[in-house]
Amino acid sequence: MAFQLRRLALALGFVIVIGIALVALLAPWITPQDPFLQNLDARMAPPSFMDGGTAAHFLGTDQLGRDYFSRLIYGARISMLIGVLVVVCSGLIGTTLGVVGGFFGGRIDAVVMFIITCRLSIPLILVALTVVAFVGSSLTVVVLTLGLLLWERFAVVARTTTMQVRNLDYIAAAWAAGCSRPYILLREVLPNIVHHLIVVATLEMALAILLEAALSFLGLGVPPPLPSWGLMIAEAKDYMYFSPWVILVPGIALFVLVLGINLLGDGLRDRLGATRDA
Amino acid sequence: MLKFLARRALLAVLVMLTVLTISFALTRLSGDVAVAMAGPQATQQDVDTIRKAYGLDRPLTVQFVSWVADVASGDLGRSYLYHAPVGELIRSRLPVTLTLGLTGLVIALCLALPLGIVAAMNEGRVLDRGIMMVAVLGQAMPSFWLGLLLVIWLGVKWQLLPISGVETWDGYVLPGFVLAFSAVPALMRLTRGGMVDALASDYVRTARAKGLTRFSVVMKHALRNAAMPVVAVAAVQLGFMLGGSIVIESVFALNGVGYLAWESISKNDFPVVQAVVLFLATIYIALTLLADMFNAVLDPRLRIS
Repeated sequence: MAFQLRRLALALGFVIVIGIALVALLAPWITPQDPFLQNLDARMAPPSFMDGGTAAHFLGTDQLGRDYFSRLIYGARISMLIGVLVVVCSGLIGTTLGVVGGFFGGRIDAVVMFIITCRLSIPLILVALTVVAFVGSSLTVVVLTLGLLLWERFAVVARTTTMQVRNLDYIAAAWAAGCSRPYILLREVLPNIVHHLIVVATLEMALAILLEAALSFLGLGVPPPLPSWGLMIAEAKDYMYFSPWVILVPGIALFVLVLGINLLGDGLRDRLGATRDA
Repeated sequence: MLKFLARRALLAVLVMLTVLTISFALTRLSGDVAVAMAGPQATQQDVDTIRKAYGLDRPLTVQFVSWVADVASGDLGRSYLYHAPVGELIRSRLPVTLTLGLTGLVIALCLALPLGIVAAMNEGRVLDRGIMMVAVLGQAMPSFWLGLLLVIWLGVKWQLLPISGVETWDGYVLPGFVLAFSAVPALMRLTRGGMVDALASDYVRTARAKGLTRFSVVMKHALRNAAMPVVAVAAVQLGFMLGGSIVIESVFALNGVGYLAWESISKNDFPVVQAVVLFLATIYIALTLLADMFNAVLDPRLRIS
């Protein structure tokens, strides 16, 4: 029973993530309308299944008369893009630091630990907001900022798992066979810890997507008129008492995507026998 | 023990110095701070006045050294927006954020501990799975969105709780809950994990064999051992909550340190920005230092390595 529930959760996570990724990729072909096209005569139209809704706008329109369904679909692009790029960026930084620290130990490891401690001490959202505000908001700046901030769990997990494999026989065999250090790190250590890192990647991807939404919600993330889900919630905030669906729609999308990624991560962890946190 | 404390304190000081550098560097990212502060309509003369008044005409290294010296003597600088010392601004906003953070922590523990204990006692059964599923669902909820939903339904539609401001104590309930929400899954997992280990241990079997009640075994023997890491992580979570309150304060219109930070960030009030970053980092460093010492006192094994 419990086992089947887990498989179901993994399958559900997989379907959600793949589904939203497909929607993001195919956005230009499946959106009914231009997500940036304003129509001030048709502002705040309710969804088609509610009273007063029209078939032209499945999820209604926003405060500038833009088609909400089309904006929602394009929003998936932004969330997915942020999630994937941030994880690539932070994964590279964190894995490098963690593997080097865990493999060489001693002073090098002490330096790596110090860098991790410093990163943990600085307040995440505050620093991200500051960087975006002072450098100027754009998708690239948000990706780089989050990528430079969200690597610490990669580093921690890569470090501990590297320490575990460092003294195993196949590493000793590689040394004895005269392999170089870079070869051992890349071809012997990395493949044996990568399943832990994949699980961390799902966690960080979910976190990056939630953080981008929070930054955009505070007005210092992805700049308008891009249809980021966080920004859609911020823009619709003034109308939420009269038409709650304007914040329900992008919020549910965000919730479902993050839930899917987390289910996928949990399922993969069970399957791959990886640790969640070291 | 003394050696451990000394080493740990030295580490904290080194981290502090790094954070000082980072908070200084952050506010210089925009290139010319004076231009950004003066705003788009400013004349060259305005920019020059600001540059002189804030000492921005000096070389960066001189500015940095004087910022470190000022901080060391307890002077965090002057706000450009409020024309007041930054230290005073933070002090006047701190009670709101601190109350919010502590409310959040208490609510988080009140939810996480019982849920974690019940899950551990029913390990592998439907109740356990159900509780863990709720944790997964909760983790996926964007906190600012949850805040807005609570404002719409609990605050406006059903009028149960105030939705903004903290004139009365119940103003802290909704924001405290939302802040707690993000910390609950981690604390709950930790409680559950610790309790599962503790319940399977020899001393719990002994306690059972002695004929103690189930309540006494769980609460006195198992929980006491499982709670240690939870306390340490709770301290760290409090640090995260104080940093994360910037989002919650904006949703519930609370005038705390978080709102001060957001305001100064969006208006280029760089003395406040660098001071708040430094201030929150200091709280976090102090909390982790305390948690480490607490653990070292309780667990001698940690002092040796």
